[in-house]
Amino acid sequence: MDETELRKMSTGHIFGAFAVVLSVCVPVLSVDGFSFLGTHLSWLCICSLCVILVNILLLLLLKPNASSKKTSLSNKLSKLTKSCIYFVISCFLFHGIIVLYGAPLVESVAETFLFAVLLSSFTTSRCLCLLGPNFSAWVRVFSKDGALSVWDHSLQITTVCSVVGAWLGAFPIPLDWDRPWQVWPISCSLGATLGYVAGLLIAPLWIYCNRKRLTYKSR
Amino acid sequence: MKVSSSVLASCCLLIQVFGAMLFIRGFFPLPVRSQSRKSTSAETPPEPATAGLLSNWTKLPSPLFKKVVVLLIDALRQDFVYGPKGKKHMPYLTQLVEKGTTHSFIAKAAAPTVTMPRIKALMTGSIPGFIDVVMNLNSHELLDDNVIWQGKQAGKRIVFYGDDTWIKLFPKHFAEYDGTTSFFVSDYTEVDNNVTRHLDDILKRNDWDMLILHYLGLDHIGHLTGPHSHLVGPKLLEMDTVLKKISVALMSQEEDISVPSLIVLCGDHGMSETGSHGGSSEEEVQTPLVLISSAFEEKGGISKLPEIIQQTDIAPTLAISLGLPIPQNSLGILVPQTVEHKSMREQLRFLHLNGHQLCMLLRQNLEAYEKDAGVEQFKKAEKSHGNWIKLYLEGNASETLTNLGKKVLKQYLEALKNLSSSLGKQIAEYDIYSMSIGAVISLEILFLLLLSIPNALSSRAEFDIPLSSPLFSLLFYMMCLVLSAIHVIVCTSSEKVCFFCSISWVLALGIMMFISALSCIVLSTLSKMLAKSQYPNKKQDSIFSGWSELDLLLLIGTLGHVISMGASSFIEEEHQTWYFLTNTLCLALAQEMCRKYFLVKKSNFLDSAEGEDSKNESLYMDKIYDTHKKELKEQTLPLLSQFAKQHEKWIALSSPWAILIICRLLRTLNQTGIQWIHRPDFGHWLTSSEHKPELSFLVAVCLVMIFILIQGRCSFVSKVALAFGLLGIYCYRAAIGHVLYPWQNNSNGLSKGITEARFVYIFVLGILFTGTKDLLKSQVIYTDPQTKSLGLWEVYSGFILLAALLYRPHNLVVLVFCLLMQTTLSMFIWNLLKHDAAQITIMHYWFGQAFFFFQGNSNTISTVDISAGFVGMENYVELPAIFLTMFITYSGPLLWAIHLLWYLSSETHRVSTTVAHGCYCYAAIRSIPVTVYILVVTAFRYHLFIWSVFSPKLLYEAIHLLISAGVCVMFTAVDKNQISKSEN
Ligand SMILES: [Zn+2]
Ligand SMILES: [Zn+2]
Repeated sequence: MDETELRKMSTGHIFGAFAVVLSVCVPVLSVDGFSFLGTHLSWLCICSLCVILVNILLLLLLKPNASSKKTSLSNKLSKLTKSCIYFVISCFLFHGIIVLYGAPLVESVAETFLFAVLLSSFTTSRCLCLLGPNFSAWVRVFSKDGALSVWDHSLQITTVCSVVGAWLGAFPIPLDWDRPWQVWPISCSLGATLGYVAGLLIAPLWIYCNRKRLTYKSR
Repeated sequence: MKVSSSVLASCCLLIQVFGAMLFIRGFFPLPVRSQSRKSTSAETPPEPATAGLLSNWTKLPSPLFKKVVVLLIDALRQDFVYGPKGKKHMPYLTQLVEKGTTHSFIAKAAAPTVTMPRIKALMTGSIPGFIDVVMNLNSHELLDDNVIWQGKQAGKRIVFYGDDTWIKLFPKHFAEYDGTTSFFVSDYTEVDNNVTRHLDDILKRNDWDMLILHYLGLDHIGHLTGPHSHLVGPKLLEMDTVLKKISVALMSQEEDISVPSLIVLCGDHGMSETGSHGGSSEEEVQTPLVLISSAFEEKGGISKLPEIIQQTDIAPTLAISLGLPIPQNSLGILVPQTVEHKSMREQLRFLHLNGHQLCMLLRQNLEAYEKDAGVEQFKKAEKSHGNWIKLYLEGNASETLTNLGKKVLKQYLEALKNLSSSLGKQIAEYDIYSMSIGAVISLEILFLLLLSIPNALSSRAEFDIPLSSPLFSLLFYMMCLVLSAIHVIVCTSSEKVCFFCSISWVLALGIMMFISALSCIVLSTLSKMLAKSQYPNKKQDSIFSGWSELDLLLLIGTLGHVISMGASSFIEEEHQTWYFLTNTLCLALAQEMCRKYFLVKKSNFLDSAEGEDSKNESLYMDKIYDTHKKELKEQTLPLLSQFAKQHEKWIALSSPWAILIICRLLRTLNQTGIQWIHRPDFGHWLTSSEHKPELSFLVAVCLVMIFILIQGRCSFVSKVALAFGLLGIYCYRAAIGHVLYPWQNNSNGLSKGITEARFVYIFVLGILFTGTKDLLKSQVIYTDPQTKSLGLWEVYSGFILLAALLYRPHNLVVLVFCLLMQTTLSMFIWNLLKHDAAQITIMHYWFGQAFFFFQGNSNTISTVDISAGFVGMENYVELPAIFLTMFITYSGPLLWAIHLLWYLSSETHRVSTTVAHGCYCYAAIRSIPVTVYILVVTAFRYHLFIWSVFSPKLLYEAIHLLISAGVCVMFTAVDKNQISKSEN
């Protein structure tokens, strides 16, 4: 079971990483006037959309949280609306945290908010797809030794990686190099994206390396 | 020898303070200056002469020019005159430079390229050392020998219009003056109009000898929009018209006077590509210098590149031009082109005067003065000068005389150059030997502190210093020998001034022995540790697994901050690092809190795999709850705590977020750093005069809040004292006009508020006294933790009261938020999450650092609030002023450290070693950045920003270290009792 899950997950992750890469490459090649630094707002939109879409697609195709009991349509619908609400809340929460970290409150609200959307699509949307809108499950997964499956582990790793990436991305901002990529929020979103992609690639490898210890734990 | 960790920590920090002092002594060499303060014309050397023939020219030569106009344009960059911009926008000057009666140069300014030190350099000819900038923070008057003072002594009438820095530097020196303040940077027309409006009048008159004009507009434009702004062109054109006006007026007067006049056009410093200045980039350093006088020979149309000279050369040139003695501390060389039109005898005389002055200065600052190449050359030149004079006086007027004169002239110029450069070396050279001794001491201390962590933080909180074995080992004697040999070799071979060599050899030997003993101790501790770690190999991989995310964050944060000190921008913007780290810390706390509450709740619903774990956890939680409840019961509960008890969970969950929001609010209060300091902030809004009612309201609210937050743990007497003290603070603020009484409409009848401030001081001292008395009582008579905690809290509140008095009025908000955060953290977070002493200490340290910057401090000297030193004083008194300024600058870290001490020693359920652990951690966490920074500064000593960025930070770190050592001693004093108690 572990092996097949792992394989499923790896393909999913590679798709996810591919989607991120595509979201950078395709607009640059097809739309003129699009550049990573100049029109970063539209890039932020495209990237987060791509990631969310791929996550939903993976949810439908791979069914990682294979719950045995059948759920009714209304139940599903309520879950869906709940997920949407959670996502929006997480966007605002991230926005709040970013502002608390020192982002300007009034100027460049759009930039900050889109960065928050990007971060929530890297973290919350995956949580929603894998765990559903179940807050206690989230707390469980993100506490120490709380992961019960391969998916939980991958979720932990990607989320931590993208948040840490964004965190590290803030470091170049005070440097007085006057580079275009130091403009808010480019370095941070770049860091988050790189962290996310790295997390996607690391997660299967890490799980594969530690598979003995992990199976022991989840039993 | 067994030593408690707190004693070890304070000893280590004290030694490190010594090491840092030694390092700083080597790093900031004392500036070159002569002992006697000011030179007078009576000391003028006569013309050199050979035996038997005395020259009759013993007095100072008469002035070269009747009138001198110094046109100083702030931030005038070299290319604004000589570059394409100058050609376009300064047509009159360009025409003069190309074929007029001018000499043009590029004068190189020394760092820091800030107006005041540059004015000093222009007028004294010396390079004010960095230490000078710090030392003269309080006294504005320039005490060194300078051209203006000399002019005044000689009875010259000096007129000044422009930047009022001059008036502060030279009070009562000017016959006439009008200062414009450079406070409003956005104003670049009024400041200059205020100067120009006097021009017509003064140029018509004839009753002055020197006119100084300092135009600020260009500098303001630079700060606003940079050197490529469209405003620069018109400003240069304006300056060009001013120059033309002066030049034409002087020229028309010259017709009836035989002695010509001189116009000196210069800049104090340049302007970087971003429009600022202070650093040492080419754009900031290179300033134009144009000397204009009808006495100079008219040039043909040839325009060659201007020669590069030093800014300090202007001072002797000005002095000679006005017929004054050269300022004693001047390093400059007379610009020879200024005297070219004079006779050979006069030219030689001037150069001789300059050389004599440089020699005198060198003699007072260099021991091996006779051996200096410049001095030897000068002596030789002097001799041939004497011969020349002999020939001249004998009436020999042949071509040989002219040729010989030219030769002497050349000799003099060469000697002057050498003299000046060896004087300059005295300033620029670091005293590497003292620096490295200091660095080695603090490095060894750091190693000792790091290596003893496992022992010192153990439950015994003791460290066994392996004294006997290393002290009598061969290694110790060997090291002593080697170091002494090095000492002898270094001190005998170096020609430069070296502080460590100049101290007595007994002391030096003692320090050498101390260093070798320390290194032996470090080595033996290390070998012990290695021997120990060989047995339990299994433990290796579980080192990190026992760590929580918080531990990891604290470690990464500390390391990250240390690494960030290698980049100048991170030092400039250090506040960003601390804000970032404290924010992340709060988020980590929020996550921990979340997990604690939600996981316990959900334990019933989780599957059996986690059952055991969470059961343990809930048990643990219950225990914490119990202890906490007990604690709450123990205290007689006010209403607030009652409420807190009932809604503990939600308050606890939201408290990290509250702290986050507080941090965000404080961030907007004071903009600091370099890059974003010009952004509008809340503090400026509050302190501007039209928002006085708002500020008054805020101050009143803050004072009430301070009272509410502190009084709970005070005794009745100090409560009353506190209330009176806070009332007194409001009265003080009202008296000096910061705030208004509600019944008062406008502030008139302002005073210095001395009575009010002294009133508050009395209460501060009273509270501190009661606190110390309680502390002593608990230490000496009976060991009662309750009294001790009370005493510590009273000391703490005394300091709070003092801070409230000294802070700038809007910064009271910082104080209130600091108290709020401390209350929240100690009531809801640390108790509930069961952090250990080390974690709490590091968190305190981080918050303390963040508050250092929340107050509006930065790593530049300019943000030091000197006004705090004058509170309650009639005039400047050195010692209290320094103490108060130091206290107020470091009040953030200090208040947090004292709070830490109170918290650790008042937590009754904690183990008795808590204070020792806290003290040790505090010492270690201070020692790491200081040591690393010392190494960084040593490595970067030739960095471009060494004076503007790295040196101020070094001073900040050193003073912070001093304060931390004091705090550690306090910890040790409080802790001593606990150990004796545990023994009982
Ligand atoms: Zn200036
Ligand atoms: Zn300026």
